[in-house]
Amino acid sequence: MARLDVIMPQMGESIAEGTLSRWMKKVGEPVKRDEPIFEISTDKVDAEIPAPSAGVLLEIKVQEGQTVPVLTVVAVIETEAGASSAVPVAAPAPAPAAPPRPAPVAAPAPVVVAAALPPPPAAGPRAETAEERLRSRSTPLVRRLAAENHVDFTVIPGSGVDGRVTKKDLLGYIEAGGAAALPQAAAAPRAPVSAAASAQTAAAPTRAPTSLAGPLVSTASGIEETPWAAVPWPGDRIEPMSKIRMLTAQHMVLSRRTSAHVTSFYEVDMTRVARLREAHKRAYEERGAKLTYLGFITKAVADCLRRHPILNAAVQGATVIYRQPINIGIAVALEWGLIVPVVRSADELSLFGVARSMRDLADRARAKRLKPDEVQQGTFTITNPGGFGSYVGAPIINQPQVAILGVGAVEKRPKVLTLDDGTDVIAPRLLMMLGLSYDHRVVDGADADRFMADLKRLLEEFPEGAL
Amino acid sequence: MPEVTYLEALRQGLREEMRRDESVFLLGEDVGLYGGAFKVTEGFLAEFGASRVIDTPIAEAAIVGAAAGAAHMGMRPVVEMQFIDFIACAYNLLTNYVATARYRAGLACPMVVRGPYGGYVRGGPFHSQCPEAAFVHTPGLKIVAPATARDAKGLIKAAVRDPDPVLYFEHKFLYRRIKEDLPEGEEVLTPIGVARVAREGTDLSIVTWSALVWKSLDAARQLEQEDGLSVEVLDLRTLLPMDDAAIQATVRKTNRVMVVHEDTRTGGLAGEITARVNESSFEWLDAPVRRVTAADVPLPYAPSLEDAVLPQTEDIVRMARELAAY
Repeated sequence: MARLDVIMPQMGESIAEGTLSRWMKKVGEPVKRDEPIFEISTDKVDAEIPAPSAGVLLEIKVQEGQTVPVLTVVAVIETEAGASSAVPVAAPAPAPAAPPRPAPVAAPAPVVVAAALPPPPAAGPRAETAEERLRSRSTPLVRRLAAENHVDFTVIPGSGVDGRVTKKDLLGYIEAGGAAALPQAAAAPRAPVSAAASAQTAAAPTRAPTSLAGPLVSTASGIEETPWAAVPWPGDRIEPMSKIRMLTAQHMVLSRRTSAHVTSFYEVDMTRVARLREAHKRAYEERGAKLTYLGFITKAVADCLRRHPILNAAVQGATVIYRQPINIGIAVALEWGLIVPVVRSADELSLFGVARSMRDLADRARAKRLKPDEVQQGTFTITNPGGFGSYVGAPIINQPQVAILGVGAVEKRPKVLTLDDGTDVIAPRLLMMLGLSYDHRVVDGADADRFMADLKRLLEEFPEGAL
Repeated sequence: MPEVTYLEALRQGLREEMRRDESVFLLGEDVGLYGGAFKVTEGFLAEFGASRVIDTPIAEAAIVGAAAGAAHMGMRPVVEMQFIDFIACAYNLLTNYVATARYRAGLACPMVVRGPYGGYVRGGPFHSQCPEAAFVHTPGLKIVAPATARDAKGLIKAAVRDPDPVLYFEHKFLYRRIKEDLPEGEEVLTPIGVARVAREGTDLSIVTWSALVWKSLDAARQLEQEDGLSVEVLDLRTLLPMDDAAIQATVRKTNRVMVVHEDTRTGGLAGEITARVNESSFEWLDAPVRRVTAADVPLPYAPSLEDAVLPQTEDIVRMARELAAY
């Protein structure tokens, strides 16, 4: 026994409803298949409607005179077992809209709507959800580029309407090494110090600090003013910051605020390196390179970074980016400021290649002839305060890298040596202090110390064959 | 090279095809004795004779029907609609017969239906329409709309030689306002289905056709001078089949695109192009696809009102600025 729905049929393409004008059978009466059981009246035609199957009229759902949409269930037949028709039971679904009702308007894609609606409220006290942020601050292109380049675009200040991050903003951010965005989007340049070489960096409006009162205020210079901000006194000489000075200032402060700086100090015995240098420096000069302590150190650092990749990395939000190339920036002090040209793929160069590259970069840095991509994409930096006589340095990390090596002066100092027979003696050796500042967000002391131990050993046992 | 108007280039194309192929003939209202309402076919009756230049009654459906029959018999008719607006009278023949004859019955229908298209001439609602939207969704037809004199010639020749029916929309505003150097003694053919980059750019793309190619170029020049923007202008030339590859290439190049057309907004081809851009290049969009179109009103007769309804250069400039800033 099965229940079979009987429906108001559609008598023509355009007919949407019908009136049940007369029942020809009563509830409980048996019906034969194709026997007329009710009459309908429509716009076009009146008709007798046959039973779809043999059985008993179980239930009448629509009364005489009622008008219902096409496909409405008007009655139920209880079919005899095994006598059911091949026609499957009509799903008792709600009838489709009879006189065509307008379909509910689907919400247009968020990006399109955003253009038509009033602009979303500027960053208010309520935190935006990720979805809102996405919708109001990015486009499909930006999201794709950001994903491909592993960049969190939500931190980039946008120059588009309503602070939207545009393709230009994103690409500029990536090119600039993904330096953390500065508070003022439009005004502040995003390039780190190393990009200051080319004079084409975005102009940062140089405004003299003005406010004395008030809490920490971020100005276009990115240098926060405090209630105790410096005020000129009579007789003081006032000089607005140069572009490179401004960028350096911004970068230093920002770097300290970004990384968890820790510095480890190691003493390295450079006596062997000095000897090798003496022996080979003339040959190097003849071939067009200057063999310096810094050259040895750079080469040794490059090798060690291969073995300790966490020092050759970058932090982006909650991810660690392990850089594939080893591009070592060498800080050069020029009259007008600090610049960091980069020896690219230093691990792939021989000591000679490193030395030659360093000389070439330094020469051109002084002559202001560096190309923009020669100060970009560094993965580790070496700075040489020892060149000025400093014993040791605790440098500030060059963002977005995670470590920087400060090289102290190479000097003759007494050192305790243990001879083969176990006797301790004091001997004059050429000693040099190294200070490795590293970002403790991702580099632990053990990582840093392993790297430094490796570096120390490599320098103290520098293979002659590498020259 | 001699300078030739858009109209003269079209005339040259027709004449060359009629000289090249005896089966090509013209039919339409006033094409013979009068030389055409705009004089496109001036001199043709004298050169080719009354059996090849036929003045018809005012009965567009009949004209198209007769042409279809002639096409089945191996002729190559070129039908003129005195104003393309009147193609509506032949809608049934074109969509229910001509477009599907080959599909239904293997009956080739190599014919061209051409006519003056578009406004900006104070023609009012019966003499200024852009009817492409009514036909672009009919498989079996081709639709072309040249913007330059060179393409006016190249596309009419290509349309005549095409084995299938082609609607050819010549812009009446451009007839005598466009003058170009055209090579003499050289076959000028423009392939159907291929767009042309009218101006290269990198910041945003304007996809357009016919008279609005010229306004878009004006807008591009203004945007370059005043805003330092580099605007690319893509002249589709063929509306059916559309050059998807060219549209995709320009969107992926500039990441910001706007469609500019003279037809009304609702149901105009901008919607179709936007859907295609969405399908092929969503991940390349740095802004939503925008459009500049005529307003959804019957075209007014009063000059000030026509100017307000049809897209103008400043409308294009304004939208481009919005798009660039997004």
